[in-house]
Amino acid sequence: MGVSIEIDNVTKAYQNNIVIEGLSATINPGEFFTLLGPSGCGKTTLLRMIIGFNSIEAGEIRVDGKRVNDIPTNKRNMGMVFQNYAVFPHMNVRDNVSYGLKNRHMGKNERNQKADEMLRLVKIDQYANRMPAQLSGGQQQRVALARAIVIEPDVLLMDEPLSNLDAKLRVEMRNVIKRIQREIGITTVYVTHDQEEALAISDRIAVMYNGVIQQIGTPKYIYQRPANEFVSGFIGLSNFIDASYKDGVIDFGSFYREPLKLSEEAGSEVRVAIRPEEFVIHKNGEPGIPATIISSVFLGMTLHYFASLDNGQEVEIVVPSDLSDILPDGQRISLGVVPEKINVFDRKTKNTLIPKGA
Amino acid sequence: MQDKKHSPVWTFMALAILALFIIFVVYPLALILYKSVIDPKSGALTFENFIRFFTRKYYTNTLLNSFKVTTVVTLICAFLGLVMAYIIKQYNIKGSSALNIAIVLSYLSPPFIGAYSWIQLLGRKGLFTKAINSAFHTQFEGIYGFWGIVLVFSLQSFPLVYMYVSGALENLDNSLNEAAESLGANNFQRVSGIILPLVLPTVLASSLLVFMRVFSDFGTPMLIGEGYRTYPVVLYNQFMGEVTNDSNFAAALCVIIMLITLIFFFLQRWIAARHSYSMTALKPMQPRKLRTLPNILCHLFVYLVVLLAMLPQLTVIVTSFLKESTPGIFTNEFSLVNYRTIFSKNPRVIPNTYIFGLCAIFLVIFFGVLIAYLAIRRKSFITETVDTLTMLPYIIPGSVLGICFLYAFAKAPLVLTGTAAIIIIALTVRRMPYTIRSSTAIISQISPSIEEAAISLGSGEVKAFWDVTLPMMMPGVISGAIMSWVTVISELSSSIMLYRASTQTLTVSVYTEVIRDCYGNAAAYSTVLTVTSVLSMLLFFKLTGKRSMSV
Repeated sequence: MGVSIEIDNVTKAYQNNIVIEGLSATINPGEFFTLLGPSGCGKTTLLRMIIGFNSIEAGEIRVDGKRVNDIPTNKRNMGMVFQNYAVFPHMNVRDNVSYGLKNRHMGKNERNQKADEMLRLVKIDQYANRMPAQLSGGQQQRVALARAIVIEPDVLLMDEPLSNLDAKLRVEMRNVIKRIQREIGITTVYVTHDQEEALAISDRIAVMYNGVIQQIGTPKYIYQRPANEFVSGFIGLSNFIDASYKDGVIDFGSFYREPLKLSEEAGSEVRVAIRPEEFVIHKNGEPGIPATIISSVFLGMTLHYFASLDNGQEVEIVVPSDLSDILPDGQRISLGVVPEKINVFDRKTKNTLIPKGA
Repeated sequence: MQDKKHSPVWTFMALAILALFIIFVVYPLALILYKSVIDPKSGALTFENFIRFFTRKYYTNTLLNSFKVTTVVTLICAFLGLVMAYIIKQYNIKGSSALNIAIVLSYLSPPFIGAYSWIQLLGRKGLFTKAINSAFHTQFEGIYGFWGIVLVFSLQSFPLVYMYVSGALENLDNSLNEAAESLGANNFQRVSGIILPLVLPTVLASSLLVFMRVFSDFGTPMLIGEGYRTYPVVLYNQFMGEVTNDSNFAAALCVIIMLITLIFFFLQRWIAARHSYSMTALKPMQPRKLRTLPNILCHLFVYLVVLLAMLPQLTVIVTSFLKESTPGIFTNEFSLVNYRTIFSKNPRVIPNTYIFGLCAIFLVIFFGVLIAYLAIRRKSFITETVDTLTMLPYIIPGSVLGICFLYAFAKAPLVLTGTAAIIIIALTVRRMPYTIRSSTAIISQISPSIEEAAISLGSGEVKAFWDVTLPMMMPGVISGAIMSWVTVISELSSSIMLYRASTQTLTVSVYTEVIRDCYGNAAAYSTVLTVTSVLSMLLFFKLTGKRSMSV
């Protein structure tokens, strides 16, 4: 079974430019761990520190309890799948997959046998003798995956492996990757900027921004209880509405209040993050935030409304579609919220005020 | 695009170009072929010229010599070019931009200048020869013959391999390196298993270019070969009538060398098409750090090779400012006498070089761009024929082209012998295939829909080309033009066949002065040429912002 990776207080700097400072995280044995964040957040830098393409300026990384800082990449026994596949163009599929075994001085018959086994696992065994130029992007990515795992690495690293594929293939391949990772139980670190992909594939996600891990948690927890405004806005969609808080009650103005217990440090100035599906639309003047429908989009399973609040702010609302009529543009409504689902942040620190375990 | 009728203007232009090519390429070539197999007296078909060549040891030996010397040179160039490109691209070498310019420059200077400079240094009375003989009390006779030719050609031609391999290494994505490393490959396994196989097709293809170029060059073996006769030397002598003046036999010699270059041309194309991998690097290789000792060794090696390659140029520049006591022996006295002589002796040489060069460049660009455009965007039987014909000059050695032109345009209806026009046309024809190829690459990168957009907005086909496609091509075309300019002004092998005193150019002057042992004048002419090339290349780098170039 897999091994653990401990990232302990590591720092990455290029000359005087510090990209990552004092970052720590622990990845559990056999876990599918995703580094998620916008481009330039340091997620690829961190991944390349784990495999050794980037040096570590301070702190240490331990794999299975052993410090790897000074072990060269080719001795770390980690498999990597690259964004542009990096399939060797001068070798056929089987030779690509058995290349790492050859470097380990495995006999020809044995390595071909292992390579073919792996090609069956990723379901491209019929292309074993083809050259990479004759393969589609998805097939090349399967070769890259087979090549990385056939060496039975301690750790599998993937750097945005699906970003060059089209949307449909992306969904297909992420299921392939997840299935194979489950089957061989290898500790996997996966880098992506696509939050949907991260939610679908990961056991745990670390959301990164500006070289700092903002939050680590299961996909469900990160979506439902984001640690701060950045995570709330980056994962899924959130409408941010300013409100005030006093004695266990959130006041949205316009005589609309909802009782909600926040943590001790909560002041009076708060910002409420409401996901589109956490709104309730009232048509008959029930208490809520007054708004006007601007437009609507019917997507079959769901119905999306765009509405403007009285202060001019635009919000998005999603409701499951039903048989009733779609509200016309210009309709006055009032918006209630589902209090147990919404998140509340401190307007200054931007950190969550939802008590732990809520 | 076949289903739509295009403006007849394009067809007319294609026909006009086809006619020009028939007159200036096909007809002279056909004439040579005809002369080689026809008995001048009876007019009957005969293979006597070919039989004479292949049955006499004197002639077959020259062919053998050429193959020997060219093979050795090609192997050395492949090795040097590959190693130099790898070291400079893979490691942090100080001053690599300057090294790059120096390497390209040593390639662009005419090979025979290298030959005569090395005679100055390592010849019988050479500077180094004397030093070696006095230091070791030896009787070293100087480097002539086989090894002299090998030395000059190797140092002069390895940049070709270097430039191509550098380009290939630039297109090699770093993730391939990283993938190999993550799969447990050490440095040696990575270089031998990944990098070398990926650049090998480029090495082979560029080596064959070196082979073709060295095989057909006659200036170098002429000067430094002495007793070691190569094929082009015999061809030149045969034609210039030093031995006998049998024009039919000379024609047969031309045909034989063209057949050989033709074979190597197809070999080169076959390798380039079959064994190349289309690669584009998202992240090119990053220079790696070396430990102290390997780092010093790499620097030493690179700088030594570049110094040796630049030595002829440096020798020429230094000696151009020295006074000669007797012909060939320079004193240590600084003087501008050489420059005074060359400016007063034949004042037309420098203007000739510039004017012929500019005219040729203008023609090359005009026709090159037009032919490339027609061949890609207006495909028809005529344009494809033109496209194929334009590759012909690629396999014709310069001296052969010169001979062809002399035969073809000495008599009515088209008498061009001795005119500036014949030299300009020869230069144009020789450079055309390169310009067409680079223009083709440029046009392929421009989407046809851009031109279609212009047409949909109401401009005609020709106007759309002029307003939209041509301006988009211009940056690429201009940088190509500078490269053409530098190669055109240093062309020797066809100009030497076609010149008269009134149409003498710089390279021809260098050659004739060297032959007359007027080394001072030759050095001065050569320096003017070098300075022009350097300035042109600096302009190229400034305009394109590139750090490397392809020829």
